[in-house]
Amino acid sequence: MSELSTLIFGRLTWDAIPLHDPILIATFAVVALGGAALLAVLTYYKVWGYLWSEWFTSIDHKRIGVMYIVLGLIMLLRGFADAIMMRIHQAIAFGDATGYLPPDHYDQIFTAHGVIMIFFVAMPFVVGLMNYIVPLQIGARDVAFPFLNNLSFWMTAAGAGLVMVSLFIGEFAKSGWLAYPPLTGIMQSPGVGVDYYIWSLQIAGVGTLLSGVNFVVTIVKMRAPGMNMMKMPVFTWTALCTNILIVAAFPVLTAVLVLLSLDRYMDMNFFTNDLGGNAMMYVNLIWIWGHPEVYILILPIFGVFSEIVSTYSGKRLFGYSSMVYATLVITILSYLVWLHHFFTMGSGATVNSFFGITTMIISIPTGAKIFNWLFTMYRGRIQMDVPMMWTLGFMVTFVIGGMTGVLLAVPPADFVLHNSLFLIAHFHNVIIGGVVFGTFAAITYWYPKVTGYKLDPFWGKASFWCWLIGFYLAFMPLYLLGFMGVTRRMSHFDDPSLQIWFQVALGGAVLIGLGIACFLIQLYVSYKKRGSLRDTSGDPWNGRTLEWSTSSPPPQYNFAFTPRVYDLDAWWHMKANNFKRPTSGFLPVHMPKNTAAGMMISGISAVVGFALIWHMWLVAGLSFAALLVAIITHTFNYKRDYYIPADEVERTEAEFDRVRLANQQSEVVA
Amino acid sequence: MSGTLRNIYITALGALLLSGCDTVVLSPSGDIAAQQASLIVWSTILMLIIVVPVIVLTLLFAWRYRASNKDATYSPDWDHSTSLELVIWAAPLAIIIALGALTWVSTHKLDPYRPLDRIAEGKPVPADVEPLIVEVVAMDWKWLFFYPEEGIAVVNELAAPVDRPIKFKITATTMMNSFYIPALAGQIYAMGGMETQLHAVINKAGSYEGFSANYSGAGFNGMRFTFQGMSDTDFAQWVSRIKAQGEPLRRDNYKALEQPSINNPVQYFSAVSPGLYDAILNRCVDPGTLCMRDMMQHQGHKRSNTGEQHHDH
Repeated sequence: MSELSTLIFGRLTWDAIPLHDPILIATFAVVALGGAALLAVLTYYKVWGYLWSEWFTSIDHKRIGVMYIVLGLIMLLRGFADAIMMRIHQAIAFGDATGYLPPDHYDQIFTAHGVIMIFFVAMPFVVGLMNYIVPLQIGARDVAFPFLNNLSFWMTAAGAGLVMVSLFIGEFAKSGWLAYPPLTGIMQSPGVGVDYYIWSLQIAGVGTLLSGVNFVVTIVKMRAPGMNMMKMPVFTWTALCTNILIVAAFPVLTAVLVLLSLDRYMDMNFFTNDLGGNAMMYVNLIWIWGHPEVYILILPIFGVFSEIVSTYSGKRLFGYSSMVYATLVITILSYLVWLHHFFTMGSGATVNSFFGITTMIISIPTGAKIFNWLFTMYRGRIQMDVPMMWTLGFMVTFVIGGMTGVLLAVPPADFVLHNSLFLIAHFHNVIIGGVVFGTFAAITYWYPKVTGYKLDPFWGKASFWCWLIGFYLAFMPLYLLGFMGVTRRMSHFDDPSLQIWFQVALGGAVLIGLGIACFLIQLYVSYKKRGSLRDTSGDPWNGRTLEWSTSSPPPQYNFAFTPRVYDLDAWWHMKANNFKRPTSGFLPVHMPKNTAAGMMISGISAVVGFALIWHMWLVAGLSFAALLVAIITHTFNYKRDYYIPADEVERTEAEFDRVRLANQQSEVVA
Repeated sequence: MSGTLRNIYITALGALLLSGCDTVVLSPSGDIAAQQASLIVWSTILMLIIVVPVIVLTLLFAWRYRASNKDATYSPDWDHSTSLELVIWAAPLAIIIALGALTWVSTHKLDPYRPLDRIAEGKPVPADVEPLIVEVVAMDWKWLFFYPEEGIAVVNELAAPVDRPIKFKITATTMMNSFYIPALAGQIYAMGGMETQLHAVINKAGSYEGFSANYSGAGFNGMRFTFQGMSDTDFAQWVSRIKAQGEPLRRDNYKALEQPSINNPVQYFSAVSPGLYDAILNRCVDPGTLCMRDMMQHQGHKRSNTGEQHHDH
């Protein structure tokens, strides 16, 4: 009997529920009550059916893009909660005060913070943006493999779900966000934490990889006629490079996690100290994925800023081709720098110099990009709207982060700054100043396209200033603490003179928290005021690329007629040549059908992952078989497409014309 | 660069960073760390040549070309200028060439594996001075230091005579750690089954902090020790005090020491079993275990003894 229960429940017992930790119990209570309230509200307003049929099962790239961003926002709240807990803890854990977090819990928090912010906040943000924007920018009706896109999203969500489950069942890894062995070996970390780490990343990684394949094919094969490679909008270019990086880099992550799993599950010795294993092999492999990952995150954001600078300066982007080549150079170089994450491993001086110098070389194309944005502003007419404020904040902040990054690329300088709070300040400087600022800029910029109404600028500005000032307050002290020789991942300090800087940093983190709150308020206020913020033109910012030629929000099929492209700024060119919308001659539009298969497959994958984490071998075997059955069954689904009839297309287009023209006239009258 | 000039820059940067703080990384007490600090300062200055204009121009252009300023020139279709783009690529390139050259030279000169050729600026290592050898073992979660020439071992305390080069040989028992004394020199990883090296020298007597700079699990926070720079006579006294106070470190009580401990107090060992550090490095402290050093050789022997088709010679 007990053997059977082991087969079913593995090492999962009631002890796995962390009843001993009051902080976790309180968190669980809040999450449970909040979740129950949310479910009740959704049920009360009877939106389950709508969510199911219009969102969860949707394979429309626009809906999937929005779901990615929502996932990123939800996980941002979790990741930020971790951040503020760490900041509070470090601000008080001095001398006799041990802080309020037990070391065991603190170590999980900094691991979870890093994993969540990179994999489940930054990644969903950039993938979500690419999802929404890329097909519209290239004049396509959807991505190349719409179902795969839905599956990718749900696999990512399943990975995020597993991380969340680890909060209340068992524990998360206590290893730092890259889970270096030998610390993560089975001898040193026998618990489930590292297994949660492995399986949540493996499941989410499948989603990311599939999404990378999808976008490479979409961008290469589905551009509107006339849009040759050198007429592609810069955002699409950066998206292409990012997805090439994803396709080339993520298999390395998958492989290295498989090797770590083999060490943990099958007593193999890839990364152990004994029997010929070598942990530094793991460190090399994970950074061969990890460094391109940095560029996977930042490249699309460079694209976002390129679009925004040009739109709000009312000017063509300066140096388009050097922008494209800079992106390509960064893409290639991002594979030649991984060792700079561990100069301190003790490679020879020549190896270290090589990787240091390749790293510095990346700053050349990056610098060229900054100059290109600068000269796009030069002789422009700059509308200081919220997206442009984020862009300026980014440009100033990012060059500082870039500078400290190049400093860390000088090996002897890295020897004294490696793993210090200087390093922490550096990468938050580029990730917050780059990816986060860029995401908020992008959300504000494309929000009217997605929802049909603009975001309220007051709360946007409030959010911007909170984030900007909060960032400097939170991270400049960390640079300083790095120079004072303070290392990362410390849960307690003896030297009381350091405390003031941690308190300042806490103040900054609180301000960032206010920035997040302002953003959420902005969403709510804008929804309430959507009547007056409505965008009926489809082109609220006098945009330049094809997404602004559609209605806001765009029809399901995006374009009734595939546009023909003559210029880099295709929509700007169409407007300049008095483009008239066709009013007749519509054809039925061939569309893919919604399906629940993506959710099914991802849900079962999460069960497989959970079972493997807890060594529930029977459940793992059965659910893995179910996974195969679900995938094979899906391949027999032949009812995958349908046609939107021509008259419905005509009605939709006529309605957009009517509203648009009526509003134009009322604007003229006013 | 002259020492005075360097000191001026370091002071300037220090002032920039709120000079009241004890920024040990920028004002260390060992020659290697001092060279690393000056490298930080010079690299930063070099990069500021381009970073400051970018920041200034960003704010300037944003103000000058604001939409409400109708006096500013507006050229909506101006998007290319070959000469400007050459400058855009050439300016960062020039900086990186300079910084790359600095990197190449300094990385070789400050390679932790390279024996020192000077103990301070303008003071070469005297011909008759041999470096002090210290064998470092990062354990769970404490530091064990062997002084092979003095025949002693210490947990969580380190001392060295001022102005005498030190050669650290560094390994670990299980977890990967990073051996770092900011006042002395940059860090280097301590890894099980592997040996890294660090050459450094302390120029000022005093008590400095040393610690692990790589998170290594539950007891990481307490992996701290004091590093004392002292005069030759003080050092000799320190050694003789340990010889008098401590007990010998043998393989059997080493096994007890190897057990994980958190915030381990300072421990002195008056004598050390021969070859203990080497056995730790080669993971063969337990009697009967095969040393890693011999493993390849061992397998080679086995193969040539049993494999009939091998013709190794």
